Amino acid sequence: MHAEETSHVQVQPADKKKIQKIWKTAGILALITILEFIIAFTIPLEMATLRIAIFVAMTIVKAFYIVSEFMHLKYETKSLIWSIIIPLIFVVWMLIAFLYEGTAIFDVRYLN
Amino acid sequence: MSTTTQTIDGPKRSIWDGGQSPFKASYGKLMMWFFLLSDAFTFSALLITYGMVRSAHKAYPGDMADFTFSNEYWPVPEKVFNAVPFLHGYDLPLVFVGIMTFILIMSSVTMVLGVEAGHRMDRKAVEKWMLWTIIGGLVFLGCQAWEWTHYIVGTDSGTAMKFLVNGSWVEKTIFGANLSVNQYGPTDFADFFFFITGFHGTHVFSGVVLNFLIYYNTIKGVYDKRGSYEMVEKVGLYWHFVDLVWVFVFTFFYLV
Repeated sequence: MHAEETSHVQVQPADKKKIQKIWKTAGILALITILEFIIAFTIPLEMATLRIAIFVAMTIVKAFYIVSEFMHLKYETKSLIWSIIIPLIFVVWMLIAFLYEGTAIFDVRYLN
Repeated sequence: MSTTTQTIDGPKRSIWDGGQSPFKASYGKLMMWFFLLSDAFTFSALLITYGMVRSAHKAYPGDMADFTFSNEYWPVPEKVFNAVPFLHGYDLPLVFVGIMTFILIMSSVTMVLGVEAGHRMDRKAVEKWMLWTIIGGLVFLGCQAWEWTHYIVGTDSGTAMKFLVNGSWVEKTIFGANLSVNQYGPTDFADFFFFITGFHGTHVFSGVVLNFLIYYNTIKGVYDKRGSYEMVEKVGLYWHFVDLVWVFVFTFFYLV
């Protein structure tokens, strides 16, 4: 009975190109993670600003690949893409405001 | 081409005037996207607050080679997270977290492959990839359980720390960490560790539960009867988001 109900379902053959693209994206993500490791142990911890800049840039690249390819956002309509991206401006503002606040607390604690 | 089939006499209608779907996505998928956006704000708040509290603390001033734990300054993460199961006593900075990152990325890959199979109505392939995704999620949770245990129990020798008790300094040796003491640095560091990785772990857990429900429904043939595997896609969005958050946690909690 179960088989009868589902036997009419047409299984389409796998699209090789699509699957190749998925593995390519996975490869890029793995490669960036490995690079992050190499950087974590080659650039000395004393060069904090350079390290942070590289790590942030790599994280954004990784996030781009996950969101655009894996979550398929790149292939949605323009209006949907912007509806998701634009509100993230608030995150940028929060980051600036809170880091500013944190340094101000540091100054009050240790520099007076 | 439905947007261009208007009568000559009728008023011009934009796609936002109703009757069609401007985002060309189903209700469920859209709502998943907006839920994930709100969830992104929650995680941003946690990570940014971590940044704020960290920048309000002193950084380790000395040479990295003689780093020791102290509640006077913020610890260097790669000195804290340097343990790997079965390799007790070795200093292997970030290796275990790296393995966890890799596991989660791989489970994200199997999830996309499952979504792709769903588009093709290929039930057997969906079952296979969903099972791999669930296994990946469970392995990740297991790793996290080990990491938490290690963090809570602490190192062999602990850390001698000074505390101000009733106006005088008292030295105590601290082993491990909880929400009120922390052998690896200021208490705030442990609090953020538990909250950020814990909140992410909760997401992984609910993701595994959702994945399991989808897997169960697939086996039962629910989506074949429905004629669409869109549920796999929706839960897939959630699962990728969990992976995405881990990418940020990995960078801002462990690497920086």
